[in-house]
Amino acid sequence: MNHLPVLPVLLPVLTAVLLLLIGDHGGDARGGHGHRKLRWARALSVGSALAGLLIAARLVAFADGGELLVYRLGDWPAPFGIVLVVDRLSALLLLLTACVALPVLWYAAGGWDAHGRHFHALFHFQLMGLNGAFVTGDLFNLFVFFEVLLIASYVLLLHGQGRERYRAGVHYVVLNLAASALFLVGVALIYAFTGTLNFADLALRVPRVSGAEAGVLQAAALVLLVVFGFKAALVPLALWLPATYAAASAPVAALFAIMTKVGVYAIVRVHGVVFGDSGGASALVVQPLLLPLLLPLALATCALGVTGALAAHSLPRLVAWLTVASVGTILAAIGLFGVAAWGAALYYLAHSTLVIAGLFLLAELVAAQRGDAGGRLEPASPVAQPALLGTLLLLAAASNAGLPPLPGFIGKLMILEASSSHPWAAAVWSVVLLAGFFTLVGLARAGSILFWHTRADAPGSASGASPRLVAATVALLGAGVAMSVFAAPLQRYTLDAARQLGDRAAYARAVLPETGGERAVTTRPYRVTPPRTPPPTPQEVPR
Amino acid sequence: MTSLEFLLASGIGWVTACGIWLLLRGRTFPVVLGLTLLGYAVNVFIFAMGRLWSGVPPILAGGSAVADPLPQALVLTAIVIGFATTGFVIELALRSHHESGTDQVDGRPEAARRDGEGAA
Repeated sequence: MNHLPVLPVLLPVLTAVLLLLIGDHGGDARGGHGHRKLRWARALSVGSALAGLLIAARLVAFADGGELLVYRLGDWPAPFGIVLVVDRLSALLLLLTACVALPVLWYAAGGWDAHGRHFHALFHFQLMGLNGAFVTGDLFNLFVFFEVLLIASYVLLLHGQGRERYRAGVHYVVLNLAASALFLVGVALIYAFTGTLNFADLALRVPRVSGAEAGVLQAAALVLLVVFGFKAALVPLALWLPATYAAASAPVAALFAIMTKVGVYAIVRVHGVVFGDSGGASALVVQPLLLPLLLPLALATCALGVTGALAAHSLPRLVAWLTVASVGTILAAIGLFGVAAWGAALYYLAHSTLVIAGLFLLAELVAAQRGDAGGRLEPASPVAQPALLGTLLLLAAASNAGLPPLPGFIGKLMILEASSSHPWAAAVWSVVLLAGFFTLVGLARAGSILFWHTRADAPGSASGASPRLVAATVALLGAGVAMSVFAAPLQRYTLDAARQLGDRAAYARAVLPETGGERAVTTRPYRVTPPRTPPPTPQEVPR
Repeated sequence: MTSLEFLLASGIGWVTACGIWLLLRGRTFPVVLGLTLLGYAVNVFIFAMGRLWSGVPPILAGGSAVADPLPQALVLTAIVIGFATTGFVIELALRSHHESGTDQVDGRPEAARRDGEGAA
């Protein structure tokens, strides 16, 4: 058996355990910077992230062949055991996570990791949760990996401490725990009426549920939409995000840029594929419920995001609002439900994650050079490296707003093209284009205050940012821009990924080969209502 | 058997309602209690989704009826995760109290005082 698909989960967890064994500097923030244990931890942590990047690249190369990689843990056959499945979408998101994680770790190793305890171990636990959520082949493990990444994120959010972080942390933790409870309700309801939680098996089973049970199943799907919408920051569940991300330390916020995309991924995987339109005369299709719901909410998210960005009074908060706007754009494309639209959404997702992670790092670089004013958008002392930081901000702003020839433009163009025959085309075009314009206005306003409205009397910082911090930021923004250079192969890949998502039969064949692929009829011995046909086994007879 | 199902369903509903009410309080301690109650309700709910059986083993034993073992396994996982997160949220609430000097969820003491007067 090919063990590659399990490595993205195993590598971070083993690294994290090793990092815990190494220990840390004992919370000594001042003297911890050059501590021997911290140096070891940094080397191990960055090395592991690099290995993760190589594994993810290998998986993308495999997945691009069109074959689904299925890994059976313990070699149990599919609907009964746990499976990990890597298709093009999963591989793309694994690679994206690794591409964000490596520069962010490099940045954090420049000093942030000494501001609290066990930063590197928690970072790798979070990576394990992220990677696990992307590769898992069943709904309950999606919940488990969500919890893993959330528990790590609770602590990472508080990294560096301070009153504001605790205030945001309490909100974030309580809201997420409530959402997790809802997640379990949805999972339990789905299990109750289908008897399975395996994605491939569910996709076969959901259309066969009918009558009153189908109604409950629809309710379960909408409960899950609330949960995933909350993680993805979909309106009206988006308001927790700006305060939380703005309060987090810069490397943590940059890593969190990918967390909203886990919510988007879950919506695509569960609502788009499992509960999606499976063709034929299926009794239950969630699409009629989801189709009119997702697109308007996503457009509202986009509008709210840019409005917040215009009103933001500090640079980190502005970037956090732009995160909301980008999620809105991605989900609007997902809500169009088409191969071209999904391909566009995936391309834009990859780009916006990289640019927003880079912007969070850049925001801190700028804030560090402005004396007491920090990231607040008010006149302060001039920054030490105006040309470098200004160019980076301009580049990120232009790409995020969607100016040619940057990848943000290509992504948005793909989304607009895909929506042109949709009845909502006018709304999509106006919201996406206006959002791009207002993003540019918001970032231009921020940039002109930060770099031009300087006060000579305010004490400034004499030194520029260290080359390591700048290199990490440039790497993230550069990766975003490189997506423009490799636009054609990337676009082909994301379109193929979207096409592969629609092919449920191939997914079922890959995951359930022993039980007959897309015609699999797995036994359900635990139903209360007697089956209409004579039971094949005595176990099917209820009490 | 119907009465047992009614009892369980209304019990889960009542505990959920209490949990949500507490979750909407302004102070961290009731909020933590609310999360705990919500967690209990959800755990019993998962368990009940395997349907209610009495005197039936959760193992395939030729010929006899079988209780669904999977929700029992799921609920174990959910209990473990819920326990860990509750421990964490209590510690976080305490730490937040030390940092902000108030146990109000928003960290604003005046809101806490008003809330306290309203309750008293």
